[in-house]
Formats: sequence, structure tokens, C-alpha cells
Amino acid sequence: MSNNDALVSASHLAKKFGDFTAVGGIDVDVRRGEAFGFLGPNGAGKSSTMRMIACVSPRTGGDLRVLGMDPDRQGPRIRARIGVVPQGDILDGELTVRQNLEVYGRYFGLPRAHVRAKATELLEFAQLTEKADAEVEALSGGMKRRLTIARSLVNDPELLLLDEPTTGLDPQARHLLWERLFRLKQRGATLIITTHYMDEAEQLCDRLVVMDHGLIVAEGAPNELIRNYSTREVLELRFPPAEHDGQQNTAEHPPTDQLKDLADRIEILPDRVLLYTEDGEAALNAAHDRDIRPVSSLVRRSSLEDVFLRLTGRSLVD
Amino acid sequence: MATIETGRVVSPLRASMLVVEGHWTWYKRNWKATAVSSVGLPILYLLAMGLGFGSQVRPSAMTGGLTYLQYLTPALIAMAATQTGAGEATFPVLSGFKWDKHFIGVSATPITPVQVADAQFLWITFRLVISCGVFLAVAAAIGAVTSPMVLLSLVFGILTGLAFAAPVVAFAASVKGEGNAFNPFFRFVLVPMTLFAGTFFPVSSLPAVIRPIAWITPLWHGTELARAAEFGTLRPWPAIGHLAYLLALIVVGIGLSRWRFRVRLAS
Repeated sequence: MSNNDALVSASHLAKKFGDFTAVGGIDVDVRRGEAFGFLGPNGAGKSSTMRMIACVSPRTGGDLRVLGMDPDRQGPRIRARIGVVPQGDILDGELTVRQNLEVYGRYFGLPRAHVRAKATELLEFAQLTEKADAEVEALSGGMKRRLTIARSLVNDPELLLLDEPTTGLDPQARHLLWERLFRLKQRGATLIITTHYMDEAEQLCDRLVVMDHGLIVAEGAPNELIRNYSTREVLELRFPPAEHDGQQNTAEHPPTDQLKDLADRIEILPDRVLLYTEDGEAALNAAHDRDIRPVSSLVRRSSLEDVFLRLTGRSLVD
Repeated sequence: MATIETGRVVSPLRASMLVVEGHWTWYKRNWKATAVSSVGLPILYLLAMGLGFGSQVRPSAMTGGLTYLQYLTPALIAMAATQTGAGEATFPVLSGFKWDKHFIGVSATPITPVQVADAQFLWITFRLVISCGVFLAVAAAIGAVTSPMVLLSLVFGILTGLAFAAPVVAFAASVKGEGNAFNPFFRFVLVPMTLFAGTFFPVSSLPAVIRPIAWITPLWHGTELARAAEFGTLRPWPAIGHLAYLLALIVVGIGLSRWRFRVRLAS
């Protein structure tokens, strides 16, 4: 199972809190230089897994090696060589941007002069040079996030853990952040990313696992997963809300059997029907021929969202 | 461009000192806000009680023939220490876990939860030295000090502050809510202790049934030591007893705090 090239290697890794099983025994290998993702809804066990890899939460079952070492016995040595971007920004709000980088760098036992030079370099990288002497409290959400990422790089980590790196950011801030992470990837950094955004997973991850209820339900490259678990295209049909039952906003779908043979597979969601097919336009034309009149229709490529729906019967973002 | 250098594991004491260095960076920017309660308040006591109220108190056997201001000064060093200790041991500790999450940030680095806890005590000690030292300087300037032995009172005062803070840090590290639990602590522990643990009048003038409550407070033991040190009335056996009590609170409190930090930072 574990190979020597793996920066992270987990087998039957489990985490229980009392009776609650957060992670139910997973096998994962992350190789040097790759961007690896944990995709799943809130509560799937992604963050618990990340905390175990970050050596701040001891495992309760299975085996785990990070950089070839056991977190239970060599936590500090591992933490010295990894970078962590936690879910929420943990910054010293009453210090300046630069001080945040310098103080944090010192925690890694790095010399003062080195930390000072590193801070200058990281400010540049995070596009915060002009804010160097501003108090952190006054920064925007996107800037704080960039500072958190810059801070996690202060020890030149061999492995960078990013827990929901762009949750809560506006689209512009997200794209800027993705661009910075791309740069890190190009420099050869190994990234582990958790996310419940499929676009983020598709953009950043070379390989990912889909998690649900503390277990891995699929593993592969994004396009591989889409190929294996979905069709090339998806036809989305929206129907008006049902008139006959006044209690809920459920769409009034035409009889399922009228649609069934138009696609390889169909999914009925509260507000729309998804038809999985190799040719979406053809399926739409066929539907029109049968006098099926949706309020709106959309033909698109399959995404990881569809993979997740297929695997778990639920959508990612509730 | 800076060179590439990954982190390293340093000795436990050095690791804690690095955390203290982080506190110091913060303190250099924000010390003024802390000065009001940790230095200002005891000085107000010194002026109001020592000079003001003290002008109505005739030197007597109780004050060892000294003015009330002089009688009060070593005791107020110990009291100032418990005030600063209580301040540093409550909200800043809870905040480290809950609001600014400073401790959680540090625990992602090579520094361990136990080292974070130890750093908190090093920092509190530093704060005690500063606030008690400044207080003593002010007291000396207004002629409230009788002997250089008051420097020993300063040491005892700092030990008193630590002895009071140590169990409180463990308590603060266990508080889950918004820190409302600190209010009863301030009201029913800190304030009564400040008033009745022998700072302003001897515990022997309290009703006999209440005296044992004063005796269990670290402030009473610290006050006894601080006064005896400055006034040259230190006797070995009582001094050893008082010291042992303060040291026991420090040792037990730090042990409990390390445990609570470990539970909260590595779960």
C-alpha cells in the first residue's frame, strides 16, 4: 500500500470522537509534487483527515506516515517541514502584516535575519507589500487569506495543507488565490487541498478522492472520475413548480418513463431533472419531439458535481 | 530572494521563549492598554488607602510603628501581582483558544501544546516583574519604602501572583463559553481576597470563623512574606510554610495547565 515516494501515506486511517466516527478508515497516498484533493460535503471527514496529517490531532486507528515519519512520535519534526492553511484565518490581528510573518517564522526556529528576508519575499508573493505595515485587523477577507497562505510558506514547507482555501471569498479574490496556488504548484510544491467546491477541485487538483460519511467513495484524476462516473454531457431541464400540491416547491416533472430512454441515466432533483448522455443537444431535441416543455434547458459538460451526485445521491453544496 | 530553509525543532525552553518573543512583539505595540489595570490600579490603592485613608491611622503595634502607607506598600506589591496574574490568566488564555486562536496557530508549528502552556507562565512572570517593579518604583518615589529588603518583597510578590494565576490558567483553558464563568471568579474570589486577605488589616481582626478562608488564599501567604521581608521580621519556619504553599500552587497549577492545553490543542 504505502510506497517510498509518498509524502503522505495512510492506511485504514480512522478518527473517532467518542461514539462519533469522523473518519472511518481510509487509504491515501500523496506523491511528491502533486496537488491532491479531498472533495466532499461538510462533515465528510475532510478536515479531521487534514488535522491528522497536520499532526495536531492524533489518529484513533490505522496507520499514518507523513514525510516518512509517525505523527504520534515525531509531530514536531513533521510540523517543522509542513505548512498549514487552516479553515479560518488564524492571524495576530493586532500585529502588522509583516510582523505576522516574522513572528510566525520564528516559531519554526528560524534565525531573525532569515525570517526578515523571507517576510519581504512572501509579502511580494502574496501581493501585500504595500500593506506590510498595516494592522491585520484592517485587511479585507481576501488579503487575510493571502496572508495566511504566505504565513504557511514561511518555513519553505515540503508539503502544504490547505483546508477550504477559498471558502467565503468573492470570485475575484478566489481567482487571485488560485493563481497564486498554481504558481506554488509550478515551483514543485506538494499540495493537499480540501474543498467542497468542484470547480476548485477541477482547477487545482491532479488527483483527488471523493469523501462521504468519513469514507473514500472514489479516487482518481478529475477527468478520469468524470469519465468513469458520468457521461460526457448533461442536459438540465427545469420545470415549473407543481401546482397540484400547494405545500412544496417541487417541480412538476413529466412522467419519468417519458425521459428515461432519452439518456443513459437520469437524476431527479427538487428543482430540475438531469439527463446524462453523450449528446445533450440530441436529447433535448428528442424531448421537444415528445412535446416535453421545460421552463428552461441547459446542455453542459459533466463535472465533479455530477460524479458526487452519482456516488452519493446528494449534491455537494446543500 | 531569501534562501530556502525549513523549520527545525528547538529545545523546549527555547521553544517557549520563541512564543514569549511573539507576545513581546504584541506588548511593544499595546503595553499602554495593559498599564492602566496592572500598574494604575495598585497605585490608586496606594494613594487612596495609603496616603488618604492612612492619614487617619496612627502608627501602632499593628503597623509595627510605621506609617500606614509604609505598612501597606509590601502588601500592595503582592496584591498588584494577584491583579495582574488574574488579568493575564483569564481572558488572554481563553482568547488564545477561542477568539484570536493564537495557541491554535502556534500548535501548527513545531512548538508543542505543553511548550505553549509553559510560555504562558514565562509571559505572566514577565508581566508580574514589570507591573510590580513599576509599582515599587512609584512607591519608593513617594517615600513609602523603608528598606532595600523590599526587593525580597518584590520576589515574594511575583511568586504570589504566579501561585494565584497558575490554577486560574488551567481553569481558563477549560472554559468553553464566552468567558462568563470569569465573572463569578472576579466577584467572589478576586475581590473578596483583595479586601480580606490581610492587605489592609491583619487577618487576626477577622471573625474567627472567617479566618481559615483568608488562610487558603495565596495572597495571605504572600502578604505575610512580603511584609516580613521588608520589615525584617522574617522567621524561618513560617516563611518556609508560606513559600511551600505558594510553590505547591505553582507546581500543581502549571501541571494542570499543561494537561488542559494538551487536551484542547491536540484532540
